[in-house]
Amino acid sequence: MSLKIKALTKSLWVFHAATSPCNNCDIEVLDLFTPRHDIERFGMTLVGSVRHADVLVVTGVPNYKTKERLKKLYSQVSKPCLVVAIGNCACGRIMFKESYNSPCPVDEVVPVDVYIPGCPPKPEAMIAGIVKLINKLKAKEKK
Amino acid sequence: MKLLLSYLIFPGFLFSACIGLFAGWVDRKVTARIQYRVGPPWYQNFMDIVKLLHKEIIIPEGARLTFLFAPFLGLLSVVLMSTILGRSLNIYASGFSGDLIVIVYLLVMPAIAMIIGASSSENPLASIGASREIKAVLAYELPFILSIIAIIVKSGGSIRIGSILNHQAFAGSNIASFSGALAFIVVLFSIQAKLCFVPFDASEAEQELMAGTLIEYSGLPLAMFKLTKAILLYALPVFLIVLFMGKDISPIFLIGKYILILVSIILIKNTNPRLRIDQTLRFFWGPMAVLAVLALGLTLFGL
Ligand code: SF4
Repeated sequence: MSLKIKALTKSLWVFHAATSPCNNCDIEVLDLFTPRHDIERFGMTLVGSVRHADVLVVTGVPNYKTKERLKKLYSQVSKPCLVVAIGNCACGRIMFKESYNSPCPVDEVVPVDVYIPGCPPKPEAMIAGIVKLINKLKAKEKK
Repeated sequence: MKLLLSYLIFPGFLFSACIGLFAGWVDRKVTARIQYRVGPPWYQNFMDIVKLLHKEIIIPEGARLTFLFAPFLGLLSVVLMSTILGRSLNIYASGFSGDLIVIVYLLVMPAIAMIIGASSSENPLASIGASREIKAVLAYELPFILSIIAIIVKSGGSIRIGSILNHQAFAGSNIASFSGALAFIVVLFSIQAKLCFVPFDASEAEQELMAGTLIEYSGLPLAMFKLTKAILLYALPVFLIVLFMGKDISPIFLIGKYILILVSIILIKNTNPRLRIDQTLRFFWGPMAVLAVLALGLTLFGL
């Protein structure tokens, strides 16, 4: 495994983009940084500026306003950047599918790498998702 | 050639960066333990730097040339500072007359680099961060320099680090006297502010300013700023030891004192909420400046 991928998987900095969720997913994301789950063990931290991010965590269904914002955010990240969709909303819009204010799901705006379903997903499920993301990166490197 | 080696490897860039990154890990680990977390593994900060080196560098539209020039300024001057410090610690005689003044000047450079870089990035949040940083520099420099003058007076008007160390080796550590203890408290808080650690980190407030001065940086320049911070985390406590606890600086004692100061900085960081910038200013120009003047007065009476 090259040093580049190893360093990337060992220090994923997370930027949290909330595209109009019900805030429940956001609270569960913050749970990951509390003593019980503590994902700083794996080198992950929340960063304030999107320029520093390696992972864009998206929650919620994009509406007409947040869709544009999400597109802009993704274009501002320094690549390589991974996108994780957290919650049923971000994965597939669930009951907001027919809503007048939901033009498209997240993966039509930005390329999503990992989907973590649940309403909201448990922190354990999110950690499992991140592990899958890391494995995916490593597998891509091997090819 | 030898000078270049000592600038790049020991006790310059490579050595101080490694120690500083390791100290940064100690900071994160102790913070985590205080919050009942486990904390990152020991190589975490090295990984962060390596990862940042591989990321894309984004230059925001409308940024000036100084945007990329500023991180170099900060890093180069801080490495020069740690080289001078390390050499004068190694062999007493290798310092030159006035190296204390040079170090005090070079210590301001990272903050100035930060201000230049932030204000040339055309980001409103960064410029708020820069203006706060300017106020913070104005605040902590006054008591910092006053208490360094107290130390200079104490060691017979010498502005050479080697002779300050010699003086302490004969007359006992500076911290053991009244004036020395007062000045030590002042300088401890000043280096807290120089490191941008929590009570005084209004310029980089993650929650309000989204990383403030660093907001537009990514990739290599961000890594350079992180390295600057790391080297400061190594050099500032050593500077404090040289000025105040210089009686015995054999390696074992040096490491022990370094860890003592590092942990007390981290504890101050973890037990205090962030101050507003006007509170920072009032804190440094009020109580701290008074303490520093008091220390200076006491040294003149030989206490
Ligand atoms: S998935 Fe559920 S919890 Fe998460 S934002 Fe949507 S509705 Fe809220």
